[in-house]
Amino acid sequence: MNTVPNSIVVLGASLAGLSAVRALREKGYAGRLVVAGSEQSLPYDRPPLSKEFLTGDLTDEDLLLMNSDDDTLDVEWRMNRTATGLVRSPDGSHRVTFDDGSHFDADAVVVATGARARTLPGHSGLAGVHTLRSVDDARALRDSLSRAQNLVIVGAGFIGAEVASTAARMSLNVTVVEASPTPLAGPLGIELGAICAGQHAAHGVRLLTGAVVAALLGDDAVEAVQLSDGTILPADAVVVGIGAVPNVEWARDSELMIEDGFLTDSSCRTNVPGVYAIGDCARTFDDAHQVHHRSEHWSNAVAQAATVADTIMATPSGPAAIPYFWSHQYGKMLQFAGTRHSTDEVRFVDGDPGTGTFVATYDRDGDTVGVFAMNSPRLFTRYKKQLARSRA
Amino acid sequence: MILDNDSPVVTHPGATAFPVCELVTLPVGEVVTVTPPGMAAISVFHTSDGLYAIDDTCTHQDASLADGWVEGCTVECPLHEACFDLRTGVPSGPPAKIAVRTHDVSIVDGTVLLHLEEKGDAR
Repeated sequence: MNTVPNSIVVLGASLAGLSAVRALREKGYAGRLVVAGSEQSLPYDRPPLSKEFLTGDLTDEDLLLMNSDDDTLDVEWRMNRTATGLVRSPDGSHRVTFDDGSHFDADAVVVATGARARTLPGHSGLAGVHTLRSVDDARALRDSLSRAQNLVIVGAGFIGAEVASTAARMSLNVTVVEASPTPLAGPLGIELGAICAGQHAAHGVRLLTGAVVAALLGDDAVEAVQLSDGTILPADAVVVGIGAVPNVEWARDSELMIEDGFLTDSSCRTNVPGVYAIGDCARTFDDAHQVHHRSEHWSNAVAQAATVADTIMATPSGPAAIPYFWSHQYGKMLQFAGTRHSTDEVRFVDGDPGTGTFVATYDRDGDTVGVFAMNSPRLFTRYKKQLARSRA
Repeated sequence: MILDNDSPVVTHPGATAFPVCELVTLPVGEVVTVTPPGMAAISVFHTSDGLYAIDDTCTHQDASLADGWVEGCTVECPLHEACFDLRTGVPSGPPAKIAVRTHDVSIVDGTVLLHLEEKGDAR
């Protein structure tokens, strides 16, 4: 039934796309492999963009993900090319069209088109206003920060907190504006979100919660951020970190089912035979919780790349990876693994939140289902491995 | 890297012995990190297969491998899950690109010793 395709095109040349071609070759795929990416750069690592790349401690070259082991991948890289459509040919192959007028026919398609930063509606065009997603974004922001004194960050999620931490180290006056009452309540819950948010004040960064941006002021370049209560925050640079949206619009006219991401089963198959979706753009069925879920985490991109390679090659897949993400803020390593519901009981199992070094678990019906750690990688990993074992 | 009390100590010409700790203070499953003068931090792992010494910092990004998860002869970076072979320092796959440097270890009279090359290639 499942015949290995003669040719595969991977749409998206970031971590998920690169990991997919690596995994396919590792599992013995010998056919033609083409990767099309909308950016100019070969695959690069995004997490440092909000940290060491902004300070100049890492260069463009340091970010590149490929190494000499990848010389034997035998992949055709087609950069600077954004997919604009996907149609199924009568012979069962798939035709991908690109914005430069070219097209490519392949037996199978791995969609890894990622996500883009959400923007504040109606505030485009002012110089000094940034989102942070690509290396180009990071370069522009780095340039802005080098000349700025007052930075306002809209959104106190991970990107916002990481940029705040970096900019504070660069001695800027930083204000973080967050619409919700507690930052990071979504991923971490109110209690632990509040502990993480406490890091801002401890490092001289002002955090305004429950604060809604009404307008960005300025003629050509941004000069201030106005909040809905009338407060005016002077700003010569603004970073908008209010989440990301999956890049799916290009496939609107295809047969693919789209619902905040390309819907797939737990093996990364879309509803169209021979078309798969992985990484930030995919909303994958989670067998354990019987729901579709879209994850934007680094480790998810790597895990789903392995899954899709197993699916295409019809090789047995290992147990689903435990969801995991990390963040670096104010010199502290934050790590989370597992799943979290708002009703889970948070239990501090080691260290002391007051000292910035601790481990907490999320317990549900007597079972530990998640773990969060600040500056405690060793104990964190022990809990994470236990979670993996209990799931296997 | 080999370890039992009877194995001869092979010290390369030009290598200097650096005492790490007493073996009794480093039971199986434990790890100790030392920073010899002029060197990067080195972690010595005591696994069920013996003692292994590697540079402590993950070659992918700044994380301490001493905090990593040891299984058999590999250590998994606590941050990105990159795995390194403790015997060779070679990463088993992405995201790490470069091997961590390995160092020779021996035990002399109950003391764990690192045998440090002056400078040179990672082995």
